Amino acid sequence: MKTFPVGGVHPPENKLTAGIGIRYLPLPASVAIPVSQHIGEPAVAVVSKGDSVKAGQVIAQSKGFVSSNIHASVSGTVNKIDMLLDSTGFRQTAVFIDTEGDEWVETIDRSDEIPVEIKLSSEEIIKKCLESGIVGLGGATFPSHVKLTVPAGKRCDTLIINGAECEPYLTSDHRLMLERGKEVLIGTTILMKALKVSKALIGIESNKNDAVDHLKMLAAGFQGVTVHPLKVKYPQGAEKQLIKAMINREVPSGCLPLEVNAVVHNVGTAFAVYEAVQKNKPLFERVVTITGKSLSRPGNYFVRTGTSVRNLIEAAGGLPDDTGKIISGGPMMGKALPNIEVPVVKGTSGIILIPRSESERTEVLPCIRCAKCVSACALNLEPYLLMTLSEKGNFERAERERITDCMECGCCSYVCPAGRPLLDYIRLGKSTVIKMARNRVMN
Amino acid sequence: MSTLFNVSLSPHIHGNETTQKLMFGVVTALIPAFLTSVFFFGYGALIVTSISVASCLLFEYIIIRFIFSKPVTITDGSALVTGLLLAFNLPSNIPVLIIVIGSFISIAVAKLTFGGLGNNPFNPALVGRVFMLISFPVQMTSWPVPAGLGTGYTDAVTGATPLAIIKEGIKNGESISQLMTQIPTPAQMFLGNMGGSLGEVAAVALLIGFAWLLFRKIITWHVPVSIIGSISAFTALFWFVNPEKYANPLFHILAGGVLLGAIFMATDYVTSPMNPRAMVIYGCGIGILTVIIRIWGAYPEGVSFAILIMNAFVPLMNAYIKPKRFGEEVKNG
Repeated sequence: MKTFPVGGVHPPENKLTAGIGIRYLPLPASVAIPVSQHIGEPAVAVVSKGDSVKAGQVIAQSKGFVSSNIHASVSGTVNKIDMLLDSTGFRQTAVFIDTEGDEWVETIDRSDEIPVEIKLSSEEIIKKCLESGIVGLGGATFPSHVKLTVPAGKRCDTLIINGAECEPYLTSDHRLMLERGKEVLIGTTILMKALKVSKALIGIESNKNDAVDHLKMLAAGFQGVTVHPLKVKYPQGAEKQLIKAMINREVPSGCLPLEVNAVVHNVGTAFAVYEAVQKNKPLFERVVTITGKSLSRPGNYFVRTGTSVRNLIEAAGGLPDDTGKIISGGPMMGKALPNIEVPVVKGTSGIILIPRSESERTEVLPCIRCAKCVSACALNLEPYLLMTLSEKGNFERAERERITDCMECGCCSYVCPAGRPLLDYIRLGKSTVIKMARNRVMN
Repeated sequence: MSTLFNVSLSPHIHGNETTQKLMFGVVTALIPAFLTSVFFFGYGALIVTSISVASCLLFEYIIIRFIFSKPVTITDGSALVTGLLLAFNLPSNIPVLIIVIGSFISIAVAKLTFGGLGNNPFNPALVGRVFMLISFPVQMTSWPVPAGLGTGYTDAVTGATPLAIIKEGIKNGESISQLMTQIPTPAQMFLGNMGGSLGEVAAVALLIGFAWLLFRKIITWHVPVSIIGSISAFTALFWFVNPEKYANPLFHILAGGVLLGAIFMATDYVTSPMNPRAMVIYGCGIGILTVIIRIWGAYPEGVSFAILIMNAFVPLMNAYIKPKRFGEEVKNG
């Protein structure tokens, strides 16, 4: 079975919610929608206090090319526009809306019909993605219209749809493939049309064989789309690792996948693109896994953006007493939340409640130079060395040792028997090196 | 909401490997070799091992507790491993005081003067052993002949090791075919029925330990296989040219400390390289140096020296031999 060749780890999968169907979360009494839910320039709020809005209405306009529109996720009245602590731990502007009813913008097709035929042209699809605020739903939230716009001089011949879901605990993509398989495949075809490619490969880790079989069966009706099981190994869902695993092309250091004529989109994104193009529905709702070993009713939900994590936890049976840490995203790359008032945003794939007993780091012991971090690194870097260089402030050497290649997957810290905070120091070094490089360019 | 949550950077989960588990994994891998040594050398093996382990732990405790004034770390298992490996490199009839001195050199000089676990450039057990070999050459080279379980500590009959027999014989102008009649058969050597240090004799026990280390993913194959491979290749070359003057590769692998060294000493985390490419070069270096010492050197056995010499190159190898990073070369497959 296919996989990427170097490094990687296999943490306990803990996919507690793999067998639980997606439900709709009851509408919250109010939502707080951040104007920045993507990589790039924050959007600019275009509503003000007292305005009444409908679900699907633009409330913040994208600014610049790498940016994204933000839509209201509920109908109601704008209560205020204020600062809010988001999942990154920083404060940012958000639009607060009090929910009244559930009225959607008229152009949205709310029927159960699944239109297969794609009426829009390539350019129109990309424009639609921009208008509908589609961003990468795998977690990185890179605006999709940017990824679909192939710059002059570059060529794309393969679209890869990422259904690896290699992070432990998360099952939102898994459920989506099982329950909305046809829509995902139509979305895939739309993306193919936008990129003008004839070939799309869907990669799914083999711990989701039901999804592999289901999509394989459905894919028979879609020309050019094939489904491929992958060996279970983290970080398979990382863009460069997935490309290497599936089509054996190695994206050069510092380059984008287009360098090897490939583009990767997540299955969640394919679904969102389907909804935007075929149903006229902007991105204001996504599947979120709410899970944790002590949670009484873990599950997968369609959640409107701006819904607080508190609402989600209440739907899942309430906050367990032994909760020590709450993670937004997967346990390997997700962010620990400062409180439960943080809103669900476009990039929130899951909320994981970690019991107190598992939420503390172990004691930091001396490095025994076992080289396990080197073997675990999927990019074949030397994490022990990068940590030492960052710790000692030798950033010039860290740059030569390619610290900026690090994608922060966390395998090094995960395997370290001495419990050393390798990735913490590598992040410090990486951000310093990036700053240094930027200063060099400016001077 | 008064509950305070832990907030930290990812990853939020950790594998269940710890330093202590790795060290005890090595100890487990040494059990078969220990049992065979007791079987062949009797009480001596038991006494030497106990003294060595006890004094290594004691020196580590005293120095860290009273000189470094730091929390004591003997439970991490690294001093235990050093103690065991030192004992495995000694004859089973060596006097207690010499073992204690050797342990002191291993722990105090080779390990703790450099800052303790993770900082020593040379393998502590080997530094101890080589110190003893140079300081007490007589006691360190009088090898008891295997006499079975009931053998007492000091009443063992001693004799030369197979390597010493070959070395002496060649020097006196005898041929390999004559000398081969004086040494144990390969089968006996494989089982460990020959003179030597207490842990090195039984190839089969060491190979079981190797399988365990690989299974537990404590070490990778790179260092042991490149040592054994390079010794086989290098000695085969000489053997083909003149089988009457040079022993065959199988003899070189089974006699002496090649397997103990390749599997347990050269793979020491702290003193071996950090990436597979460098590990292979390091292993081949050890193999070639071992053969050079065995064939042309003053000592019949060269594994310890070879490993220590290559230890010295490890920092250099770590600095200049790099893994091939992902995306380093453009490849379009």
